[in-house]
Amino acid sequence: MAETFVPLPSLPPPSGSVGVGAWLRTRLFNGPVNSILTLVCLWLVASVLIPLFDWGVIRGHFVGSDPQACRDGGACWLFIGARLRFFIYGFYPDGELWRVNVVLFTAVAVIVALAIPGTPGKRWIVPGAIVGMPILTIVFMHGGVFGMPVVATDQWSGLTLTLVLSIVGIVAALPMGIVLALGRRSKMTVIRLLCTMFIEVWRGVPLISVLFMASVMLPLFLPEGLQFSKVLRAMIGIVLFESAYMAEVVRGGLQAIPRGQTEAAAALGLGYWRTMALVVMPQALKLVIPGIVNTFIALFKDTTLVLIIGLFDVLATIHATIVDPDWPNIATEGYLFAAAVFWVFCFGMSRYSQALERKLHTGHKRN
Amino acid sequence: MNQPPKPRIKPWNDPRIRAWVAQILALVFVIWLAATLFSNTLQNMERRSIQTGFDFLSRTAGFGISFSLIPYSETDTYGRTFFVGLLNTILVSGLGIVTATILGFVAGIARLSSNWLVARIAEVYVEIFRNIPLLLQIFFWYFAVLQALPVPRQAFRIHDLFFLSKRGLNMPSPVAGPGMEWVTILFLVGLVATLLIGRWARKRREETGQGFPFWRTALGLVVVLPLALFALLGAPLSWDVPHLRGFNFVGGATLLPELVALWFALTIYTGTFIAEIVRSGIQAVSHGQTEAAAALGLKRGQVTRLVVLPQALRVIIPPLTSQYLNLTKNSSLATAIGYPDLVNVFMGTTLNQTGQAVEVVAMTMGVYLTLSLTISAVMNGYNRRVALKER
Repeated sequence: MAETFVPLPSLPPPSGSVGVGAWLRTRLFNGPVNSILTLVCLWLVASVLIPLFDWGVIRGHFVGSDPQACRDGGACWLFIGARLRFFIYGFYPDGELWRVNVVLFTAVAVIVALAIPGTPGKRWIVPGAIVGMPILTIVFMHGGVFGMPVVATDQWSGLTLTLVLSIVGIVAALPMGIVLALGRRSKMTVIRLLCTMFIEVWRGVPLISVLFMASVMLPLFLPEGLQFSKVLRAMIGIVLFESAYMAEVVRGGLQAIPRGQTEAAAALGLGYWRTMALVVMPQALKLVIPGIVNTFIALFKDTTLVLIIGLFDVLATIHATIVDPDWPNIATEGYLFAAAVFWVFCFGMSRYSQALERKLHTGHKRN
Repeated sequence: MNQPPKPRIKPWNDPRIRAWVAQILALVFVIWLAATLFSNTLQNMERRSIQTGFDFLSRTAGFGISFSLIPYSETDTYGRTFFVGLLNTILVSGLGIVTATILGFVAGIARLSSNWLVARIAEVYVEIFRNIPLLLQIFFWYFAVLQALPVPRQAFRIHDLFFLSKRGLNMPSPVAGPGMEWVTILFLVGLVATLLIGRWARKRREETGQGFPFWRTALGLVVVLPLALFALLGAPLSWDVPHLRGFNFVGGATLLPELVALWFALTIYTGTFIAEIVRSGIQAVSHGQTEAAAALGLKRGQVTRLVVLPQALRVIIPPLTSQYLNLTKNSSLATAIGYPDLVNVFMGTTLNQTGQAVEVVAMTMGVYLTLSLTISAVMNGYNRRVALKER
């Protein structure tokens, strides 16, 4: 008779190593130094969070529209609601807001479609968005066609302007960066030198000086009669600046592709452009997606600098409203709101890039 | 033996000829672009009757600057405003680099702490402040925090020595008495001697294995000897303590609120990036290194100092350099709150008063470019010194 071996059930772990008590002991109170650290940190967190919670939530005001309600010193979130239209659309004419909404909702739809895994036709969405979004933005925002009245660019402001500047910046900086990166790695000396100089100059100076240059020097460069609007000049500055950073990111990816790939492509009879477009670039870009997204995040945060040359982005609208005499002592609430807006966008992008990295890094993962 | 016939390449298919043509075309295009821009600029400037040349640098500026490290008055020249701005930029960048490095290293190491709470606090700090634009943070510290401080009469005070108010941080400043310069000289001599002795001691240890009480010697040379001379000369140092007169403080040193806000924001923002760099640098040192060092009998402190840190620094240094450069360039956001840095003073007021945009912008950009290239050259040198020596 074959007897099956039945192992005894394993003993439960020692009572000291499971449960809340053990977790506290190993993670917070292992040793005297860590115990003291934990207590100090607890005190620090409590002394920041408790007053903040008290001010922002318990004594905060959330409903209504009367500034008088906020006299007692609690956070005045009414202010945000009362000014939300200005923060989002700025000086855009009231009757035409639907045009901005069309652009914003399309952008959100594209982003959602890209973020959800398994959306059909993903490979067409990206190039479609790169070509289509700027056209859509200009047609709808600027108008002048299909019976839509023209809205001059100096009326573009608020969160809308921030998003327009970032979308245009991202869409234009990536292809420029790719071309510059290829130029910097070219075997042709003149091309390599020109591209290297371009990249190093823009990377060596602060964006604010580039924006100053775009706003005071660009009009001098242009022939008589040709005028660029302020928004367009800022856009040119941002694109020149960010394309240099993008070029360095892409170059990092190009350097990581082993030479065997190029040689194999040459052996198959592919020329330079087809080698790059079909063999090297797809691999290189895949490698540096996190770097590209990081550049996007930096660009998104950098768009706030346009307020220094007098444009009204979302930070500038908030900055301009907090001096409103009807709403005294509103600076903290205003800046916290602005911070929350930027944080949601940037944190979302960085989480998306991390997820993408995990998904794409299947081949090289070693743990 | 007959050679295989050389393939005849059409000239427009020959890669070398193509490369030449492409390069010549690129060069011609760039030269044409530069020439067009140049002639447009000249025409435009002539039409708007803008002067050219650098003569304006020796003209009287006629505007005041709220904070200057070198003596400056309204009767000084535009050229001097350039140096005032430049020094202010260097001051805030230097302060920011030191504090951001400290904060970044503390936060980066804290993120790897075995203490759950410490690691979470560091993580929350990094994730929050990295994702908020720097300009917004500067505004927050300046307009929401520092402008909400009390007026000088109700300033927060620490033992009537330090005063924190709307006008900034007022604190005692040292006033050197007679003989103080000798103490300073002795201190500097001791510092140089310590560096030389340290070099010699390390070389001797590597060659002969003999140790040397380096830290005690250093303490004696840098601290004890100057202090002894200081006491011997009868402590020739007094403090100029600020005190309230009218509506403001007189005496002592003042840290402008603009400087404090900018310094704070630069430190906190750049600290998050440095923290991430430090964390990834430490994680890049494989655990086997630590275990091998422990197996050799090194103490915990020695493991960190002699094995982990040198290897981690190798990974940390290059990105750390670019963060220092970013901080320096980001210090130009000073202009938004009116701290008189290079961009605010020179590219702001001086440009507005003289109208000579091309010269002013070129000089300002030239400064940042030189600063960037110099710092990266220095750090590249250091990087080469610590780089992996492959034999």
